[in-house]
Amino acid sequence: MSGGHRQIVDPVTGYETTGHEWNGIRELNTPFPRFVIVVLLITVVISAVMWILLPAWPTGHGYTPGLLGLTQEGEAVQGFKAIADGRASWRSRFAGDDFASLASDEAVMGMAMPAAARLFADNCAACHRVGGTGGPGFPSLADQDWLWGGDPATVAETVSVGINSTDPDTRSSQMPAFGRDGILTREQISAVADYVLALSSGKADPASAGGKIFAENCAACHGEGGRGGLGTGAPSLADDQWIYGGTRADILTTLQNGRQGVMPSWKGRLAPADIHLLALYVSRLAKAAP
Amino acid sequence: MIASLSIAQRRNGLAFALCLALLGLLMAAAAQHGPMVVHGAMALVLGIALTGALARAVYDPPPEAARASFYYDDPTRFGIAMTLIWAVVAMGVGVWVAALLYWPEATPAVPWTSFGRLRPVHTTGVIFGFGGNALIATSFYVLQRTSRARLADELSPWIVLLGFNLFCLWAVTGYLMGITQSKEYAEAEWYADLWLVVIWVVYFVLYIRTLARRAEPHIYVANWYYLAFILVVAILHIINNLALPVSFAGAKSVTIWSGVQDAMVQWWYGHNAVAFFLTAGFLGMLYYFLPVRSGRPIWSYRLSILSFWGITFFYIWVGSHHLHYTALPYWVQTLGMTFSIMLLVPSWASAGNAIATLNGAWHKVRDDATLRFMFVAAVFYGLSTFEGSFLAIRPVNSLSHYTDWTVGHVHSGTLGWVAMIVFGAIYTLVPQLSGRDQMAWPRAIEWHFWLAVTGTLVYVVSMWNAGITQGLMWRSYGPSGTLTYSFLQSLQAMAPYYLLRTIGGGMFLAGTLLCALNCSATARAATGEVAASDRPLLPMPVE
Ligand code: HEC
Ligand code: HEC
Ligand code: HEM
Ligand code: HEM
Repeated sequence: MSGGHRQIVDPVTGYETTGHEWNGIRELNTPFPRFVIVVLLITVVISAVMWILLPAWPTGHGYTPGLLGLTQEGEAVQGFKAIADGRASWRSRFAGDDFASLASDEAVMGMAMPAAARLFADNCAACHRVGGTGGPGFPSLADQDWLWGGDPATVAETVSVGINSTDPDTRSSQMPAFGRDGILTREQISAVADYVLALSSGKADPASAGGKIFAENCAACHGEGGRGGLGTGAPSLADDQWIYGGTRADILTTLQNGRQGVMPSWKGRLAPADIHLLALYVSRLAKAAP
Repeated sequence: MIASLSIAQRRNGLAFALCLALLGLLMAAAAQHGPMVVHGAMALVLGIALTGALARAVYDPPPEAARASFYYDDPTRFGIAMTLIWAVVAMGVGVWVAALLYWPEATPAVPWTSFGRLRPVHTTGVIFGFGGNALIATSFYVLQRTSRARLADELSPWIVLLGFNLFCLWAVTGYLMGITQSKEYAEAEWYADLWLVVIWVVYFVLYIRTLARRAEPHIYVANWYYLAFILVVAILHIINNLALPVSFAGAKSVTIWSGVQDAMVQWWYGHNAVAFFLTAGFLGMLYYFLPVRSGRPIWSYRLSILSFWGITFFYIWVGSHHLHYTALPYWVQTLGMTFSIMLLVPSWASAGNAIATLNGAWHKVRDDATLRFMFVAAVFYGLSTFEGSFLAIRPVNSLSHYTDWTVGHVHSGTLGWVAMIVFGAIYTLVPQLSGRDQMAWPRAIEWHFWLAVTGTLVYVVSMWNAGITQGLMWRSYGPSGTLTYSFLQSLQAMAPYYLLRTIGGGMFLAGTLLCALNCSATARAATGEVAASDRPLLPMPVE
């Protein structure tokens, strides 16, 4: 047919063509390069060796287990164990919660705190930000202003059970929706908002209209003079730290709709030792802060 | 296109168009709300438009009988145009999602612009829209020339192309509206999948019928590969997409596979999509356009046979290398790993055969950017298959899996190999289909070549760095026996690489855009001449 089925010798390579031709395309009858066959055989041999050493071929209800006797579960458990052994020397100390003696042992803390920083970055920073500085809706952990308390034991408890979480022992707290639920009138809310603003700038007058409303409606949770610290989960309003923002509009929104932040409970996810580690880390963040 | 159909074909086409319109109406009526209505409406509009056009032309004069002594290239022209449109859109989306990874705050607060919806628009758009149209268009071209026969009929190629593009459009618009099967590279929902089966059967039958009337005694290698592509993709597509619709009036369906079987079927599909969609078909393209452009015989016929059967046999086994260290039994992983290692030799045999074919034509490679595209494609094919076999080794995979190394590997394959060979093929056939000796702007090919190569290198090298950095950061333990880096730090370390990738991708996209403009300029300057040698051996009336 086209061009005929002649075998031609290709001048460049010196090989003959196969004699087939398609619209001008020809093929050379170059023999198999020995190299290719050898490499193919090598890969087959490598594979066969692996089939002998590792679990490989199905046999109906089972499979050939391989001479090395490896299993995925075995490898995984072994790997975890090796890692756990590597940190057992200092980590075992954190199984208990004697925070005072842990905190004073510089050698242990030197090993533990870098690990805690990663633990914090991997689990907590998504909400509390790197370094625990917080952001709108998520309290700063790097200041002296606490909802529940900043000593290691209290932090450990907060982290274990969470706040308003699904854990049965959770810490619970709620800032009521004074406006939406009709507990206070618009005028009262406006007055008490002014009072809250004054509180944080230190110029509050308890005898003012707002001051009186505050004493009646707010102090039970936020404390006399709004200084917090009553163990109700209500923050101090007498400082310049805010969870939800300190402008008048922010405060009005808080009073209108209420607030109920959720902090997950961690005891199902982190080992007690990790929680103790984080508790010390968080309490140190606050100490290091100005 | 209608003028080239015989009267009988116009009537059949009319019936088909009416069925499509009815199908669209039925879908919209059954669903009543949600994305399926939108998809029904698309089919309805396309069906009505085709019905109108065909009805008006049914009794126009029939095409000249002389057409039987020419190849039927209109579908190829249309397919190439669709290839380029999808390329620009889907690579544009690729650059956009690359930018989002660097700059996530840029996501507007509108659901359809979220990364999760746009990413499959990119992958489906490039693999099926760009790659699929290129494969179908060139397969018609190559099939006719290597068989020296005209396509068996004039209607089925249009059904294949229009139907396939409707599938792609349904798929990507579905993701934007939030529907997905959640299987990577098979995200399209059940009715789109069924539709594709119909289209694919038409494609297969057309291919076989045309091959059966070939005037050459032997079937050229390119056709083995195209046929393997068509046949295996059909099998993969059907098995992986076996699903029960929750209701025939909605898009949601539930796969019949469950648990680890589902994962295995998915990655058996996923890897063979790589093998038979992104590799076999494009090898067919390489086997035709490389010898044609270089004017050299294929270096070794025997090596072609070895690589063809090696690839078809070994690839089918390797899907489990995507599931190392998972609930999949160890023994399946070992098989996937070892077959991936053996797969290297036939893969390299193809790449080597292509490069050795260029012996005696190196001066052309130097001077001709089009041939250089094909040369670079063969090199990247060798590179990405080596990398693939390496990544399939279990301990290596424990470093690379979940990292950007995979993404680097993917794009060294898709940009370096798939896209480059497509561009080489396009620059060879577009001038020819336009009756010209060269593209309208020959210098622009050179520009495109360098943009594409630089873009690919920047993309791939930055992803290698990114992936290896991630992998090492995730497994690095400090003196206290705990992780040295938090995940967040590994994410922050990615910023420069993600920026570089966006720039590299932008260069690649710019080259693609240039190619699209060049092709449209060439098509507009078409002379309509057909070389005497570019004809079927014998006039071939439609069956
Ligand atoms: C899903 C977001 C989220 C994550 C993750 C999270 N927290 Fe919290 N956390 C909160 C919120 C919200 C509060 C404040 C609750 C409230 O307003 O009553 C809080 C409060 C706290 C408090 C109480 C502060 C105080 O003043 O008493 C501590 C301590 C704390 N988080 C520590 C942690 C630690 C340690 C982790 C990591 C293991 C962590 N948090 C992870 C959201 C989160
Ligand atoms: C039942 C207890 C309770 C009462 C009563 C209460 N609060 Fe609160 N308040 C809270 C709690 C708990 C929070 C912290 C909410 C959170 O973090 O999600 C809070 C938060 C706030 C905040 C936001 C602080 C910040 O950092 O953004 C303001 C402002 C506030 N309260 C003002 C008031 C005022 C004014 C009243 C009285 C009208 C009042 N609260 C009464 C419990 C209370
Ligand atoms: C302009 C050029 C391109 C750019 C900028 C680009 C960018 C991207 C980005 C950002 C991703 C997501 C990666 C992630 O999730 O981390 C991606 C994924 C992907 N792209 Fe591209 N791409 C381009 C071209 C192509 C082409 C031409 C193809 C195929 C022919 C392709 C195939 C894929 C595939 C298969 C994935 C999924 C990879 C995986 O899941 O591992 N891309 N691309
Ligand atoms: C010998 C040939 C090849 C082998 C053995 C191979 C092997 C692999 C391996 C081991 C992975 C990583 C799996 C994981 O860790 O999740 C992978 C991913 C991938 N490869 Fe290859 N590869 C080969 C060739 C190619 C080529 C030529 C292309 C493209 C044209 C390609 C496209 C892809 C894609 C798209 C993925 C990503 C899949 C995903 O979404 O996760 N591969 N390949």
